[in-house]
Amino acid sequence: MNSAVTYLDHAATTPMIPEALAAMSEHLQSLGNPSSLHASGRSARRVVEEARERVAQALGARPSDVVFTAGGTEADNLAVKGLWWARRKADPRRSRVLVSAVEHHAVLDPLHWLESEEGATVEYLPVDRLGRVDVDAVRRSIEADPGTVAFVAVMWANNEVGTVQPIEQIVQVAGEHEIPVHTDAVQAIGQLPVDFAASGVDAMAVSAHKLGGPMGAGALLVRREVQLVPVLHGGGQERDVRSGTLNVAAIAGMAAAIELAVKRQPEYAADSAHLRDDLVARVREQVPDVILNGDPDPSFDHRLPCNAHLTFPGCEGDLLLMLLDAQGIECSTGSACSAGVPQASHVLLAMGCDDAYARASLRFSLGRGSSAADVDHLVEAIGPAVERARAAGVSDRKES
Amino acid sequence: MRVLAAMSGGVDSAVAAARAAEAGHDVTGVHLALSKNAQSYRSGARGCCTLEDSRDARRAADVIGIPFYVWDMAERFHADVVEDFVAEYESGRTPNPCLRCNERIKFEAVLDRAIALGFEAVATGHYARLRRGDDGSVEMHRAEDPGKDQSYVLGVLTQQQLAHSMFPLGDSAKDDVRAEAERRGLAVARKPDSHDICFIADGDTAGFLRGRLGESRGRIVDRSGEVVGEHEGTYAYTIGQRRGLQIGTPAPDGKPRYVLDIEPATQTVTVGPREALDVDRIVGVSPRWCGQAPTGPLRCTVQLRAHGEEFPATTYVEQARVVVVMDRPAQGVAPGQAVVVYDGSRVVGSATIDRTAAPSHA
Repeated sequence: MNSAVTYLDHAATTPMIPEALAAMSEHLQSLGNPSSLHASGRSARRVVEEARERVAQALGARPSDVVFTAGGTEADNLAVKGLWWARRKADPRRSRVLVSAVEHHAVLDPLHWLESEEGATVEYLPVDRLGRVDVDAVRRSIEADPGTVAFVAVMWANNEVGTVQPIEQIVQVAGEHEIPVHTDAVQAIGQLPVDFAASGVDAMAVSAHKLGGPMGAGALLVRREVQLVPVLHGGGQERDVRSGTLNVAAIAGMAAAIELAVKRQPEYAADSAHLRDDLVARVREQVPDVILNGDPDPSFDHRLPCNAHLTFPGCEGDLLLMLLDAQGIECSTGSACSAGVPQASHVLLAMGCDDAYARASLRFSLGRGSSAADVDHLVEAIGPAVERARAAGVSDRKES
Repeated sequence: MRVLAAMSGGVDSAVAAARAAEAGHDVTGVHLALSKNAQSYRSGARGCCTLEDSRDARRAADVIGIPFYVWDMAERFHADVVEDFVAEYESGRTPNPCLRCNERIKFEAVLDRAIALGFEAVATGHYARLRRGDDGSVEMHRAEDPGKDQSYVLGVLTQQQLAHSMFPLGDSAKDDVRAEAERRGLAVARKPDSHDICFIADGDTAGFLRGRLGESRGRIVDRSGEVVGEHEGTYAYTIGQRRGLQIGTPAPDGKPRYVLDIEPATQTVTVGPREALDVDRIVGVSPRWCGQAPTGPLRCTVQLRAHGEEFPATTYVEQARVVVVMDRPAQGVAPGQAVVVYDGSRVVGSATIDRTAAPSHA
């Protein structure tokens, strides 16, 4: 990467912070399997347990709530499948799972799998035009037959449009019927205040590389009282819920990153929101018909401070992305399938947008190190790029 | 020049992109996703629409060092190529989908989009040569390697399209292209050529058409009108076809029989002896000229199918059609295929074969 690159895709991944890199480098050189009983093993184990305490402390959890995983997707899979199997085992009538229509694929796809392989009935909780789950719909859905609900899954904040979900209210409604709630907090941690215990959720997915830690590291925070059936079987690590040799260095790097991200969150969020608002306003000066998706209220209980999700009517988002990429500006269309073929975002479709509108969108996400110069660069390039992309859109629609 | 390289995931388009980049052009690689339901590795399908091909194209772009994107052309491809293919078979004709894809997708939808985005040319791995003519226009000629020449499937391109096209492999032999891919470290160097129709992954064209058009049984008759067999749909047949006719009654002379005519309206397939396949006059419609349309009758050669032989002929150009009179008859000329007209090695243009006529002395 040359220095001219303007990286506005921090929600995809963000650079490791020096403290995480240092912690990781140090422990990559140490010997020892944390499960071994000798001195080297104990020393590795100590690193892991200290990291566990730091992660727990930073996120308002008990150390025993923390299950280390190889990332956010694994944490979501463990929560979804683990809760399903455990709750079904306790009471086979529990066949319904209530999930927001705007979840990440790491939650939606395991549910599709449970639907086709295990007979789960998945009910999608509707969202409003801003992408916010309707709490009354959650209540109606539960109260239709509370005894048949296995669990509820609603993310803390949406990864595409940045809308913050009413987690506390959902927890309250579910709690009236002792139904567990899982939340994917991958985007929220570091941008919003997140307190696991205070939120009342039963399980929460965490990822390291979205907040300055290494890729391939994550955690599921899950209350000690909640039963989970494991997805990975083997050596019995992580209270038998997640077997596999612990990735000591990555766990140490993650702990450093989470600790600092949480500590710096108030200032970071305020600065980012300011820069984000500037980005949106100045892009609008260049492209007057641009539309900000998600919740326009910039307060932190409504929208992620680093997120600007914009629709450029008449543009194909993937062509606009390509034109900006050629100018050294990196952003995202939101979601992509494995072949790299852009699909209209399920999030925007759930918000009631049509296919063409959804495909005309780009997500710009800020991160540590994002600056006014990045916004300047984008503002300089966006007008001509939109013009080009619109011309290409006209050529696409031309009758042949 | 800013060049968009269409990369199928095969060796030819990879080397074409590499050569364009090496020539100093600012090259961006694009893989065209032509199927909404891309086949995964496990299906083992071959063609241009698999995830494996997309990955191969991406890896080639990495090695060449150019940006790479996937463009979703599935809707256009389905409407302009797949539906056309089915409709042509339904009408008793034998379409060439590769030619249609070049005409409507690669050098129209993709080229138009590329130009709108600021590119000046589209480069592909086709084997054909472009050169400036005396009048400054771009001429298309047969490739250096006669075994690989693909000018036939490019015969639909107009001057406007040719002016924005680039075929970096036109002067090369296939073996040299493979060796060059190896030398450049492109993993696709030994990937086998694709021959099948890319949207029919298992190669069973009749099965694909049966799925789309349903079974419609009919009779197979000889030239006297006598019923000699039955079929499950006229779309499974092509003029000149000999295999798979499932004829119960043997021919009186004991010689093999060929498909002579297909009439979907009455579900009738007519068969007869090989000599009855002879045609020496062809009427073509929807002509496309690579440059200026010829004015008077043109002494030329014509090619009637991909990798088919060349026939000396005279081409008469009318408004919306051409009439080709060949010096000697050709056999198995199927309506729906293209007649491509050459002046020496130069492609003059093409038309879709609409009707044929047997030599009058026969």
